[in-house]
Amino acid sequence: MDAVPNWFRSLYETTGFNFTVFYDPYDWHRYVNGLKITLLLMVTTILVSLVIGAVGAFIQGGPSRFLRSVVNGFVVVFRNTPPLVQIFFFYFGLGTLLPAARTADGLRVPLLDNVQWAIVSLALFAGAFNVEIFRSGIEAVPRTTVEAAESLGYTRRKAYLYVVLPLALRVCLPALNNNLINLLKTTTLAYAIAVPETLYAVKQIWSESQNVLEMMMVLLATYAVLVGVLVWIMHRWERALRIPGYSR
Amino acid sequence: MRPPQTASDLPVLLPFRVSRTRARFAVGPVRAGLLGAGLAGLILVAPAFAQGPDAVLSPFQVVLRWAPLLLTGFALNVAISLIAMLLGTAAGVGLGLGLLSEGPILRRIAWALTQFFRNVPWLVLLFFVMFLVPFQVTVLGVRVPLPDWIKATVGFALPVMANVAEIVRAAVRSVPAAQWEAAESLAFTRRQTLFRIILPQCLKRMLPPWMNVYALIAMATVQASIVGVTEMLTLTAQVHAAEGGRPELFAPLYGFALLCFFLYCYPIDRLTARLERRFETA
Repeated sequence: MDAVPNWFRSLYETTGFNFTVFYDPYDWHRYVNGLKITLLLMVTTILVSLVIGAVGAFIQGGPSRFLRSVVNGFVVVFRNTPPLVQIFFFYFGLGTLLPAARTADGLRVPLLDNVQWAIVSLALFAGAFNVEIFRSGIEAVPRTTVEAAESLGYTRRKAYLYVVLPLALRVCLPALNNNLINLLKTTTLAYAIAVPETLYAVKQIWSESQNVLEMMMVLLATYAVLVGVLVWIMHRWERALRIPGYSR
Repeated sequence: MRPPQTASDLPVLLPFRVSRTRARFAVGPVRAGLLGAGLAGLILVAPAFAQGPDAVLSPFQVVLRWAPLLLTGFALNVAISLIAMLLGTAAGVGLGLGLLSEGPILRRIAWALTQFFRNVPWLVLLFFVMFLVPFQVTVLGVRVPLPDWIKATVGFALPVMANVAEIVRAAVRSVPAAQWEAAESLAFTRRQTLFRIILPQCLKRMLPPWMNVYALIAMATVQASIVGVTEMLTLTAQVHAAEGGRPELFAPLYGFALLCFFLYCYPIDRLTARLERRFETA
C-alpha cells in the first residue's frame, strides 16, 4: 500500500519531480476533496441543465407568447454573455441582495453558499444552450408523429414527455454531448468564487509546495481523464438510445 | 446512412440542425440599441429606488462616473480577443493542414495537439501559460518584457488554434471527393489542388464557425482577470472597492459588464446565424 507514496518520494529525491499529492496525505486529501467538488458540480449542473433545456424547449413550442419570449430572452442573454461575469453577477450581485440569516454571533449566513451559486449559474448557462439543442431536436420530429399522438388522446404535455422528447433526445445527442463536455470544462470557473474544486485545490497545493510544473501535469491529466470518462459515458448512452435502422 | 425509403414511408425523423434562438427585439439595430439602453437603465436605476435618500451616490451615478474607465478595460478585452484570434487562426490553419497531411507522423502529431488543446479547460491553459512562460525573454541579447496581458493572449490563442484546426479539417472534408479527382485529372499537384481549388471553396464554409469561435473567445477574455490581467472585470472589482464596497453596487456594476459583452457578442451571433442560413441554402 505504501509502494506508491514511496515511489513518488524516491522520484523526488532522485530527479527533483515533486509530486506532493501522491505522498503527502494532507495534499492528497485536498486534491481528492477538490475532485469530489468538481464531480458534484459536474453531475448536478448536467442534470439541472438538462431539465432546464427540456422545460425551456417545451415552453418554446407552447402557445403562450409571453412565456415564449421570456425563454427566448433567457437563451439569448445567457448565450451571449461571459459565464464568468454571470457567476460574479449571481454570486456577488444577487447573493448580496437576497435576504440572509444571521448566526448568534451576528455573522451573515447567505441563503445560498458559493458552491450552490456556482451550480445555479453554471446550470443556467449550460441550460440556455440545451434549450436550443432540444428545440432543434424537437423540430426534427415530424408533425405527423405529433398528430398521431394527439389522435391517440395524448395531451400536449404527455405527448411531449412520451413521444416527442424521447425522439428528440436521440437525434440531438451528439450536439448535447458537445455542450455537456463544454460544461465540464466551464466548471473550472467556479474557482473564481473560491469554490474548492480541483483547480482551486491544485493551485493551493502548488503555491504551498512550490511545484507548479508537477501539479500542472496532475491537473491536465485529471481533466483529460474526466473529459474522457464523460465522452465514454455519452457514447455508451448514444449507442444504447440508438433508433434501430436509423443512423446518421 | 438512412435506409432506402419508399414513397409511402413516413420519415422517423427529419434532418437535424441546431438553430439559434432569436429574441423578439432583434428586429433592427436601432430598436435593439434602444432596448439595450432601456435594459441598462432598468438594471442601473432600479436598485436606486430601493435605496434611502441618504445614500452617497446612486448605483446609476456610480456606473456613469466610472463608465469611461470600465470601457477602457472592455477595450483591452476586445484587443486581447482580436490578437488571440489572429494568432490562433494563423497557427490553426497550419495545424489544420497538418491534420490533412499525407504523412502519418505529421498527422498524428497534429491530431494529438488539436485534441489536447480542445479538451483542456481554457482556464487551466491560461494558468499553464501564465505560470510557465517567463515574464521576459532575451532575444539576441535584447531583453523583451512580456506583460501579463500578452501572455494571456497567447493562452487564449492556443484553444483558438485547436478549434480553427478542426474547422479547417471539417471544411476541407466537406468538399466532395469529385473535386479532388477532377483536379487530379487536370494534372494539379496535391498542393495546387489544396490551395487553388479546395481552400477557396472552404473559406465560405469556414466563416460562420470561425465567427462562433471568435464570440466564444471574446467572452472568455474575462477569465484573464483571474490570473491578474487588469481588464474589465478586474477594474469592476476595483471600482467597487473604490466606492466603499457597498454590497448593493455589485449587481449594477456586474450588470454593466454583462451589458457591454451582450451588446458586443449578440450582433456577432446574429450575423453568424444569418451567414449560416445563407450558406445552407446556397
